[in-house]
Amino acid sequence: MDKNYETIIGLEVHVQLDTNSKIFCSCSTEFGSKPNTNTCPVCLGLPGTLPVLNKKAVDYLVMTGLALNCEIASYSKFDRKNYFYPDLPKAYQISQFDLPVAKDGFIEVETEDGTHKIGITRIHLEEDAGKLIHEGSIDKSSGSLVDYNRTGVPLAEIVSEPDMRTPEQAREYLNFLKKTLEYLGVSDCNMEEGSLRCDANISLRPRGQEEFGTKVELKNMNSFKAIEKGLAYEQKRQRKMIDNNEEIVQETRTWDENKNKTISMRGKEEANDYRYFPEPDLVPLEIDENWIEEIKDKLPELPSVRKKRFIKEYEIPEYDAEVLTDTRQLADLFEECVEKFNNPKEVSNWIMGEFLRLANEEKMEANETKISGELLGKMLQMLDDGVISSKIAKTVFEEMFYTGKDPEDIVEEKGLKQISDQDKLESLVEEILDDNPEAIEDIKNGKDKAIGYLVGQVMKETKGKANPQMVNELFRKKISEK
Amino acid sequence: MELYKRTLTDLLKMLDEKRVKLKDIHESLSYRIKSVDPKIKAFVNQNKDIDIENLTEENFKDTYLKGLPIAVKDNMSTDNIKTTCSSKMLENYSPPYNATVIEKIKKAGGIITGKTNMDEFAMGSSTENSAFFPTVNPWGENRVPGGSSGGSAAAVAAGMAPVALGSDTGGSIRQPASFCGVVGLKPTYGAVSRYGLVAFASSLDQIGPLARNVDDIALMMNVITGSDKNDSTCVNREYPDYTKYLKNDVKDFKIGIPNQYFEMDFDSEVRSSVMAAVDKLEAAGAEVQRVDITGAEYALAAYYIIATAEASSNLARYDGVRYGLRAKNANNLSEMFTETRQQGFGEEVKRRIMLGTYVLSSGYYDDFYLKAQKVRTLIKNDFDKLFKDFDLILSPTTPTTAFKLGEKRDPLDMYAADIFTVPVNIAGIPAISIPCGFDKNGLPIGLQLMGPHFKEEKLIQAAYSLEKILNLNIEYPKLK
Repeated sequence: MDKNYETIIGLEVHVQLDTNSKIFCSCSTEFGSKPNTNTCPVCLGLPGTLPVLNKKAVDYLVMTGLALNCEIASYSKFDRKNYFYPDLPKAYQISQFDLPVAKDGFIEVETEDGTHKIGITRIHLEEDAGKLIHEGSIDKSSGSLVDYNRTGVPLAEIVSEPDMRTPEQAREYLNFLKKTLEYLGVSDCNMEEGSLRCDANISLRPRGQEEFGTKVELKNMNSFKAIEKGLAYEQKRQRKMIDNNEEIVQETRTWDENKNKTISMRGKEEANDYRYFPEPDLVPLEIDENWIEEIKDKLPELPSVRKKRFIKEYEIPEYDAEVLTDTRQLADLFEECVEKFNNPKEVSNWIMGEFLRLANEEKMEANETKISGELLGKMLQMLDDGVISSKIAKTVFEEMFYTGKDPEDIVEEKGLKQISDQDKLESLVEEILDDNPEAIEDIKNGKDKAIGYLVGQVMKETKGKANPQMVNELFRKKISEK
Repeated sequence: MELYKRTLTDLLKMLDEKRVKLKDIHESLSYRIKSVDPKIKAFVNQNKDIDIENLTEENFKDTYLKGLPIAVKDNMSTDNIKTTCSSKMLENYSPPYNATVIEKIKKAGGIITGKTNMDEFAMGSSTENSAFFPTVNPWGENRVPGGSSGGSAAAVAAGMAPVALGSDTGGSIRQPASFCGVVGLKPTYGAVSRYGLVAFASSLDQIGPLARNVDDIALMMNVITGSDKNDSTCVNREYPDYTKYLKNDVKDFKIGIPNQYFEMDFDSEVRSSVMAAVDKLEAAGAEVQRVDITGAEYALAAYYIIATAEASSNLARYDGVRYGLRAKNANNLSEMFTETRQQGFGEEVKRRIMLGTYVLSSGYYDDFYLKAQKVRTLIKNDFDKLFKDFDLILSPTTPTTAFKLGEKRDPLDMYAADIFTVPVNIAGIPAISIPCGFDKNGLPIGLQLMGPHFKEEKLIQAAYSLEKILNLNIEYPKLK
């Protein structure tokens, strides 16, 4: 921590709300469609068209507001933000200026140096703009093409208070936000597809000073890592400038991944006057208590609450609970499985181990795999009943992961059933003992480890199907008899 | 009587009684347009898809309008006729969709015969701001038809259409109706869908009918009013059958005459004609009383702030990127934007865009836009209060009769022509203009009745009564 200066960070996050249709027309919001196919006269801003508010977008915003402890305004309105750009078909964006849907919230994030409360200034609803496309690269392309598919996709703009003091806190704030929004099911928060975008304001001030220093805005960063790195770089750059008595200019900068530093995009003097005024084509938005209550009823359990419940209800370690509640899908998988097979720690081990190993390998989210909590529970029960060995279980699991087949069917088809037949195992044990007289000596001389070797031989012989526990016992019995 | 002179109501009756062929009606009107429109210039584009020869009554059986013709101002989107707003910017623009009113007319069995001339983007009071040509008032060849719905008013007055639709932002239906000696109704804001009406000032614009008598106005109101899922400002409520209010009865009406309007300096012939009508209303049993109306002196100023502010934003989309005019040979994006707008917009449109941009700019917003909104609330409240005691408020529609083409060169002079009509839009209330006589030059004089929100039926009943009381027969200009 810097003894002389305090860093002040505030974040502005835009998230695309995952509604089926756009905010002011019935066009699809699907990502990746052919350019300009998800468009209509309304989102293309053709003369004479009018916006009609999608209620679902309001629902999602209210859900977000409630989850971030905001006050929901019973009366809010939309405003026009005017500026010219080819990706903005009406030459104004319908947004909210002075009366946002949600305001005055907060979240709590944990970093190594403790818990931090970060204020949420406001969350408002607005429409997304289109996208300019350049053939080749922006400086070589002979012209710009515009894709209006994204135009009118609902956005929530979440503005934080300048309450963050370190880049790590900013990262944790974003992680918390992402996790919460995913839990709510209001956004997939995919930064690569642009469904989550973040701008950061950062300034430094001498410790003890109340007044903020000159701030720099960081824009166009495409990962949480880039944001953290950009902020850390800015922190150093600004400190150095202050130490050298250089004046910090208010400007917009971006993180350049290749140069590993922030670079200037534009100065303050180019700032726009957006000439906001109330949108006359929409009536004010009134959200009554009933509407809010309805949404509250539908609100899912949020990650921090769920984590605490997991620790208490399932008596699993905090670490496990943290990992399992990382996404709603993973937590759902866990609970589904525990319902089928009531050994939470065992379920947790499998999900955190085998499941996440494969999911990470395949870059899949929990809901994208073929596995279900029910199937996993069934398999764990088979393992517990000794129908399959733990070694075989891993094979079965992998098959289930990719195919979604019933574990019983897999075991049947592949003949993976554990051999627990006393006579069959006994003859195998005899065979192995005959081949390994030295091992018997070792064991008799106290080298207990040799048992493991012998069991391994039986497992090898049976391609892992032998019941290891029984084999172990048989060896001990036979050796003691000799 | 030639068919083109018949009202919609007459024609419907004749069709019902099988005294006329639909084809013959269309032929008569088409012939009328061919013979007088080269001089009047009411139309910008005709509907070329009408096959008159094959129009049969059978095709329009059980429809409300039975295949009868309607002219529409060229700022309402039509998917088969260009929608130009009389602007170079949209000279070749063909919308891919129909405005809600157009859909309603089609559903009701009406046929859109053509799109009428207007002041560019509905900005003006004389139709001289059309980028294509000015329209001539059928009552005087050197006179303006008023505006901005000048083409619609002239078409109806000259018998080129029995009825037409116009749009009214500050008087753009009523003022041309008054100048051309026809009836024009501006409905309550929210009574008629604006979807597909190319926006000038969204919080003031409203579509309404122009016709040669009140009967036809009532018929058209039955067709065009009603809520619309595409327009959130359009009000969902029960709209009455307006033809039920075509009654000659003003006995229960209490009518207010605003002192502040009549204290203004305006044409003496207009004054005496309107006052004569007031006397006759009183004689017919209406209770007439002088009233005070506050805020009238600020109405025009507030209007030109709100309307231009909204216009500056509404017209920003004409940037040459997607449709309409695009300036050639621009070297970069910013040049393409500015050149397109420089070439595509006329003087008055540019003037209003600049005014509107100015009043919304940071540092000026509070002094202009916000203050104008306060005046708006004041005016609205004042009307609401008046309508607690009065059924209607009466005034002249315009301070003068039709002025000469090219006469008003100072924009402020032109703006003053809206002095009696503007407060109505600011308050969002309905108002009707009906003819009440002629001046010594033979130019029509109009009288305006204003009513409470969603009480168009009161306007219709009073206007219908006035028609009878004043013994107004439909008169036709003598066109050479």
